[in-house]
Amino acid sequence: MSVFIIRRLSQSALVLLIMSLLVFFGVFAIGDPIEIFIAADADQAERERAIAALGLDKPIWLQYFYFLANALGGDLGRSFVFNIPAIDLILLRLPATLELAFCAVFLSVAFGIPLGMYAGYRPDSRAAKTIMATSIAGFSLPTFWVGLMMILVFAVELGWLPASGRGELGTFLGIQSSLFTLNGLAHLALPALNLALFNISLVIRLTRAGMRENMPMDYVKFARAKGLTQRRVVFVHVMKNIMIPVVTVIGLEIGQVIAFAVVTETIFAWPGMGKLIIDSINNLDRPVIVAYLLIIVLMFIVINLVVDVLYSVLDPRVRLSDTGK
Amino acid sequence: MQKATLKAFAFAAALAVATPFAGLPAPAAAQTLTVGVGGNITSMDPHFHNLGPNNNIAQYFFDRLVHFDAQQKPIPGLAESWRSIDDNTWEFKLRRGVKFHDGSDFDAEDVVASFKRVPWVPNSPSSFVAFVLGLETTVVDSHTLRFRTPAPRPLMPIDFAVVNIVNRKNAESPTSDFNSGAAMNGTGPFRFGQFAPGDRVSMTRNDAYWGEKSHWASVTTRIITNASARTAALLAGDVQIIDQVQTADLPRLKQNTNLRLERVIGNRLIYLHLDHNRDETPFLFDKATGQPLKANPLKDLRVRQALSKAINRQALAERIFDGEAIPAGGLLPDGFYGASPKLKPEAQDLAGAQRLLREAGFPNGLKMTLHGPNDRYPEDDKVLQALGPMFTRAGIETSVVPMPWATYASQSSAPTFAFSVMLVGWGSDTGETSSPLRALLATRSPGFGASNRGRYSNPTMDALLNRALQTVDPAAREKLLFEASELAVGDVGIIPLYYQVNLWGLRANLTYQARTDEYTLAHLVKPR
Repeated sequence: MSVFIIRRLSQSALVLLIMSLLVFFGVFAIGDPIEIFIAADADQAERERAIAALGLDKPIWLQYFYFLANALGGDLGRSFVFNIPAIDLILLRLPATLELAFCAVFLSVAFGIPLGMYAGYRPDSRAAKTIMATSIAGFSLPTFWVGLMMILVFAVELGWLPASGRGELGTFLGIQSSLFTLNGLAHLALPALNLALFNISLVIRLTRAGMRENMPMDYVKFARAKGLTQRRVVFVHVMKNIMIPVVTVIGLEIGQVIAFAVVTETIFAWPGMGKLIIDSINNLDRPVIVAYLLIIVLMFIVINLVVDVLYSVLDPRVRLSDTGK
Repeated sequence: MQKATLKAFAFAAALAVATPFAGLPAPAAAQTLTVGVGGNITSMDPHFHNLGPNNNIAQYFFDRLVHFDAQQKPIPGLAESWRSIDDNTWEFKLRRGVKFHDGSDFDAEDVVASFKRVPWVPNSPSSFVAFVLGLETTVVDSHTLRFRTPAPRPLMPIDFAVVNIVNRKNAESPTSDFNSGAAMNGTGPFRFGQFAPGDRVSMTRNDAYWGEKSHWASVTTRIITNASARTAALLAGDVQIIDQVQTADLPRLKQNTNLRLERVIGNRLIYLHLDHNRDETPFLFDKATGQPLKANPLKDLRVRQALSKAINRQALAERIFDGEAIPAGGLLPDGFYGASPKLKPEAQDLAGAQRLLREAGFPNGLKMTLHGPNDRYPEDDKVLQALGPMFTRAGIETSVVPMPWATYASQSSAPTFAFSVMLVGWGSDTGETSSPLRALLATRSPGFGASNRGRYSNPTMDALLNRALQTVDPAAREKLLFEASELAVGDVGIIPLYYQVNLWGLRANLTYQARTDEYTLAHLVKPR
């Protein structure tokens, strides 16, 4: 297994290198950041000063070489527009995004599994059909539209919840988060639900499929024959079996939700990483774009690695072979 | 039964999520104001990045020697008065009794230190150097300063209206000290609270402010870059005032009796740049063959006039902006210094345009591609889409290519100048016409024509502008600016389209002194 992990890690380094190369030159190809930053009436001297100040006067390959050399030392460069190290800037935004992602995943489990189990347990009931029909809506309605509708209904018309932004921060066990204040939770409710909607639907459908598949199986009949209560059969024996695919998908969804909450964060003016990356792309703030994508790639690599390793731990039938999986 | 159970469950779930917060009032304290702004504030350092949103927020915490009133007329700031001693020397008398937030006194040394800091700030993507360049500074006494320049500089007071004054102790404080608040020691109407990038800036009133004190004891500026989200926040009562109201939301805001709008014709002109420079321009084609033309038709005044006559500016303003834009004939709206009253918006004249094209040797018309941004100015993509058919009706078959500003900005300017006819906007930060004349229409040379994407060049206009920029007497200078604008616009150096109207949406019980410079300042928000 250690050979497997070492091989995986060296492959990851290569992925990161290729990724940085693509993004670095990709952003260079989009346009010249100086044209975006510089005051429109700045003269040539000021332009040249700014170009030199940001290190853009060097040839692009040399800029990339400097970037690589610094990156090996853990320095991914300084944001052009914020003048803050890119990593610091991203870490500053990370808690807001994690908070949102955590709540969204929590909601998708809290709503998705019970509703999915019910829909799979009584597939022909009206309620089950309603759940399934609604889950199609959850799948297919665009996030930005649902987000705006939610704002319109809950914030503008009913006035129950704030329309956007992050609420007050509270401190609990040394962690600062808006999860610990009522105001913070009120601000979190709509964006978290908006972000969770797709995942709730996904979990409902996965759970339902699992229920439908497992209920007619021999072990269920055997358990019933043994005289176990229906409750115990469903909530212990069947549930254990349907959880395996659900847990895998939720694990991957965490990554998705952290990395690509862009739309939700923009609509709800949520000061997270997704909004940062969009602003940075519009500004051609290359250090931030590169650092962000590298961190995301790294995150996915780690999640996948952990999932693979966990598989082999959880299910003895899975072997991690050193020839690559 | 199952259906009922599910319904009950769904309802209970919705309630469970919503009720704990249902009773939460908006912060009810009368002296608290929350502002929603569309610009992305990137730094608290007032000298780091010459960028609208940053300059706006700096005005809460810092003062400048000269301030702008709502119409961008210079008024006394930290300088009580100023006068030109001779053509090359200005004297500024500083206000006495002004204190920084830490209680220390303001005097000439702080000005000197601030002007020294401007070129020093590391990693600045766009600095304020040009405003304090080439000054020979003399401290006459603690509250009198003299600035000598090699050439006459009539715009010095206006330059000084852009440069914020920091405390001398912070002359070498890095940008990070400003972001953290350690160096946020200004003389402005608010004391700094906290800056959360991408989220908000909070502040409290400076009760020792030398000028008119704010009504609001505590203010939070929230950064809400998405226009729909900004409107929603206003409608929901999360914020009490927003800027940059998008056109699509206007009818809704106008109907709502709890809200009102404040508006002023802004300093931003939206116009078309034309390639005056190349002999063969890349995006004008022969109508029959679709091949690029051997000679650049935009060099012919009649073709440029035909383009201008093809445009129905009234329709742009009314249909696209719901009336919240003003058809433009000059470089700045009436009432701005140097805006010639003779320059009126041209009415649409399709027959006239066709006749001019015929006279220019294009009886069958032309073919062209119009370029512009789709995310830079309000409704810019719609304006482009509307201009296309207008030109086509006049005989210039036009296709439109809107693109993101990130790409468009670099392609449309030096060194590529990739386009022939392009849509751009210009906000006159100085509040007078030398700004557009100098940046958009003067021949490209050091200090001139920085944004002259069409590379228009007219030696007579250059000479007039140069004389204006060396003339200290305001009346004589304005006359020269009139002449230069009339010449450049008459020659169709650019095609003015419309002036933006700056719009603020706010609660019905508030007023705002709407500003031509697009700034949103909490101390100008007052209860009605």
